[in-house]
Amino acid sequence: MPYVIPDVVDVKQRKTDIGPPHYKNFLPPVIQKNYGDWKTHEILTPGLMVHIANSGDKIWTVRVASPRLLSTDTLREIADIADKYCDGYFRFTTRNNLEFLVSDESKVNPLIEELKAKKYMIGGIGPRVSNVVHTQGWIHCHSAAVDASALVKCLLDDLADYFTTKETPNKVRLAVACCTNMCGAVHCSDIAIVGIHTKIPRIEHERFKDLCELPTTMAACPTAAIIPDPAKKSIKLKEEKCMYCGNCFSVCPALPIKDAENDGVAIVVGGKVGNLRTPPKFSKLAVPYLPNNPPRWPEVTKAVRKIFDAYVAGAKKHERVGEWIDRIGWEKFFDVTGIPFTWQHIDDWTYTFETLRTTAQIKWVKK
Amino acid sequence: MTKKYDTPLLDELEKGPFPSFVTEMKKAAAKNAMAADELGLLEKSFRDKVTYWKHGGIVGVRGYGGGVIGRYSELADEFPNVAHFHTVRVNQPAGLFYTSETMRFFCDLWDKYGSGLTNFHGSTGDIILLGTVTDNLEPLATILSMNGFDLGGSGSAMRTPSCCVGPARCEWSMIDTLDITYDLTQEFQDELHRPAFPYKYKIKVVGCPIDCNAAIARADCSIIGTWKGPIEIDQDRVRDYAKKGMNIQEEIVNLCPGKCITWDGNNLTINNDDCRHCMHCIAKLAGALKPTPPFGATILIGAKAPFVIGATLSWVVVPFMEMKPPYQEIKDLHRKWWEWWSEYGKNRERIGELILRRGMREFLEISELEPAPEMVKEPRRDPFFFWKEGDLEGKPWEKWLK
Ligand code: HEM
Ligand code: HEM
Ligand code: HEM
Ligand code: HEM
Ligand code: SF4
Ligand code: SF4
Ligand code: SF4
Ligand code: SF4
Repeated sequence: MPYVIPDVVDVKQRKTDIGPPHYKNFLPPVIQKNYGDWKTHEILTPGLMVHIANSGDKIWTVRVASPRLLSTDTLREIADIADKYCDGYFRFTTRNNLEFLVSDESKVNPLIEELKAKKYMIGGIGPRVSNVVHTQGWIHCHSAAVDASALVKCLLDDLADYFTTKETPNKVRLAVACCTNMCGAVHCSDIAIVGIHTKIPRIEHERFKDLCELPTTMAACPTAAIIPDPAKKSIKLKEEKCMYCGNCFSVCPALPIKDAENDGVAIVVGGKVGNLRTPPKFSKLAVPYLPNNPPRWPEVTKAVRKIFDAYVAGAKKHERVGEWIDRIGWEKFFDVTGIPFTWQHIDDWTYTFETLRTTAQIKWVKK
Repeated sequence: MTKKYDTPLLDELEKGPFPSFVTEMKKAAAKNAMAADELGLLEKSFRDKVTYWKHGGIVGVRGYGGGVIGRYSELADEFPNVAHFHTVRVNQPAGLFYTSETMRFFCDLWDKYGSGLTNFHGSTGDIILLGTVTDNLEPLATILSMNGFDLGGSGSAMRTPSCCVGPARCEWSMIDTLDITYDLTQEFQDELHRPAFPYKYKIKVVGCPIDCNAAIARADCSIIGTWKGPIEIDQDRVRDYAKKGMNIQEEIVNLCPGKCITWDGNNLTINNDDCRHCMHCIAKLAGALKPTPPFGATILIGAKAPFVIGATLSWVVVPFMEMKPPYQEIKDLHRKWWEWWSEYGKNRERIGELILRRGMREFLEISELEPAPEMVKEPRRDPFFFWKEGDLEGKPWEKWLK
């Protein structure tokens, strides 16, 4: 369909509630023909797979990494490449990868050559590292304790080989959330990073009156740390109860919590969302705090690498990080990764009684 | 010419093999004043180690209660071109498929009315157009609608539904994830565009239990395709896998959670009665094993991030639902759920939290769903249960003891 952007826009003419366009408009003909009738697929290289329909038709997919934040220049370049090799068709994955959809086998290799020449990072299919689900960070969010795009960049620069070539025992899903709102799928990823605060919010009593609602603010606090301060028409904080989640700031701008020196990240591990073999799992705390050290967060990449390497060395084929840890046990996980076990690792919030050990089954890891 | 900032810290993030978001920002900054100031502001955040965005303000377009995230910089004097830097959420095509023509339309639109910076996609699935000013919102929404696009959801509304690639390119999809997503999005336009719920509500649809869209973790309502028929086996292809070096015993048989597969070195057998429908064998022996009808979906409810009670994964409420157009059953359920949630839900209380607060029984009753063992990991552990008038009426034990 031809698109139009008129010079003069009559905003009164706007139709509402039309919803998105029908997806069929964007499917390559071979997909339209074989929709819902695929037989199988083969992963030919880490960045190339072919899907084969029951009719015998095939479609090739070339997957490349994307930083998710894309300029219109790059999007135009992608459109041009798609025109040249894919009759204009491409898609994105739920993990922000870009996929070129090729219907003509003879165009697959020339496409890959051009992508290589243009320095696209090809891979991410199969048992390896895929792109990192992440959030807005300092680029666009008021709530961010850390930047997200930069952490993604640093992590995947470090693990690039595992995106483009090397295999892991099973898929390794990484995620970054820049605050505990966790707009990404951090709570269920193999290895994930979440921005955290370590100091209580500051109360701007003057602004509270104008900007915030008392009941909403109190209700936002998971630990009931917020109590009214009628004299000031504001609130008081029970400091010992606050665990710095920042949820109060989400509803009340007069409670800023960002803190250049004390904000940082935690690393959580062992989550999964798929049902394969074992049920979906939450991620659990591995490293409670690492400092914000822009632009490249060396402590964070190093810590992730320690966990990643221990998993690659220790896991059996098809084990996800969480399945590997379940098999070896948490005491052994802390032993093989060398991560210290701290006060913060013991739940003292809502899950205490599910997470304390209630068996004498213990592995002796320290001789 | 746009303003050029020194960005020594961000420049470090142009090094290395992974594509650089800084390079993207610089490309946009070269021709767009908003993008240029965004880059300057970000460098300052990197230097000072804090965000410089203010709490979102309320902005929007006529007739809609959402779809735009208001965003203002704290440093408007220093970086005037990002004084306003709102995000526009555009409802993506289901399955995230595009044509080059469509993408150029978005580029033309965003070069004219925004910063030239985008996200493909936000984690809810929307196309994220990052950074524009309030005055541009009406024309933007108008041009989008002229060209067949519409805004996505934000705030206390149904959020833009999303799905896995499904039947478009995956042999394992047991339901039409794209069609269900499209259909529900169209059905619930009002709920999407006019926030009227206690809080956000997300729907995600995936074609099989592999869950490539993280539905079980990220959606208040997770619709996960599954099957009831036996797993069909192509023995020759299984043998091919064995010949190519797969250790069928270790990699398939031993990892089956149902303990229902055997392999005698030549033939694979599956005791389908004990299959848990986890997808492991089918995914690892791609092309050799195939689920068979009846196909449908498991409906789960309640996933959310940790605020306020801790993160939850969705809970099974309908073990198996046929998913045939016009998907009346799931639509009817949603209307019942939303009515109940709107009546009892507190401000910023997700539906899963309300279920915990008022009890799964009440939720199932308003849904007109009967209790079933598929809904629990295990029955309760304590003897403290409620009885309602009628529960023991007709001496129910007599029937099953016969
Ligand atoms: C209570 C919790 C949450 C709060 C208060 C919150 C708040 C926000 C805010 C303020 C933004 C705007 C960022 C910007 O300025 O662009 C945002 C963006 C976004 N959030 Fe959340 N969020 C929460 C949880 C989540 C969760 C759990 C998800 C996903 C499952 C999510 C998905 C998104 C998405 C997709 C965006 C658009 C930008 C992006 O993709 O990064 N959010 N959220
Ligand atoms: C405290 C915890 C969390 C909060 C407050 C939170 C909040 C949010 C919010 C506000 C959104 C909104 C998005 C939007 O505007 O569309 C969102 C989206 C999302 N959240 Fe969370 N979230 C949390 C935890 C999680 C966890 C643990 C996961 C995954 C395991 C998760 C996965 C997602 C996903 C996948 C989305 C995208 C959703 C979508 O595309 O609709 N979130 N979350
Ligand atoms: C062994 C198990 C798995 C197999 C065999 C498998 C297979 C696949 C295949 C074949 C695709 C490509 C689908 C397509 O676009 O045609 C895919 C995509 C995807 N899978 Fe899986 N998958 C597995 C587990 C998982 C798990 C556990 C997750 C999430 C935690 C996951 C997340 C995704 C996502 C997000 C995509 C979209 C593509 C991408 O983001 O790179 N998969 N998977
Ligand atoms: C409402 C809850 C419960 C009540 C009223 C209750 C009551 C009793 C009583 C009256 C006895 C007998 C004492 C005796 O031998 O003189 C007993 C024994 C015992 N109870 Fe409970 N109990 C309850 C829950 C539990 C639970 C939840 C557990 C364990 C998880 C438990 C574990 C035991 C054990 C181990 C004994 C000793 C049994 C034995 O001698 O073989 N009780 N309980
Ligand atoms: S995770 Fe937190 S900081 Fe990051 S985009 Fe979401 S709300 Fe903003
Ligand atoms: S930061 Fe979290 S725990 Fe602390 S007062 Fe605010 S809402 Fe409560
Ligand atoms: S969730 Fe299942 S059906 Fe959907 S893309 Fe993933 S493997 Fe295919
Ligand atoms: S789907 Fe899972 S439970 Fe069923 S036979 Fe295969 S491995 Fe076993």
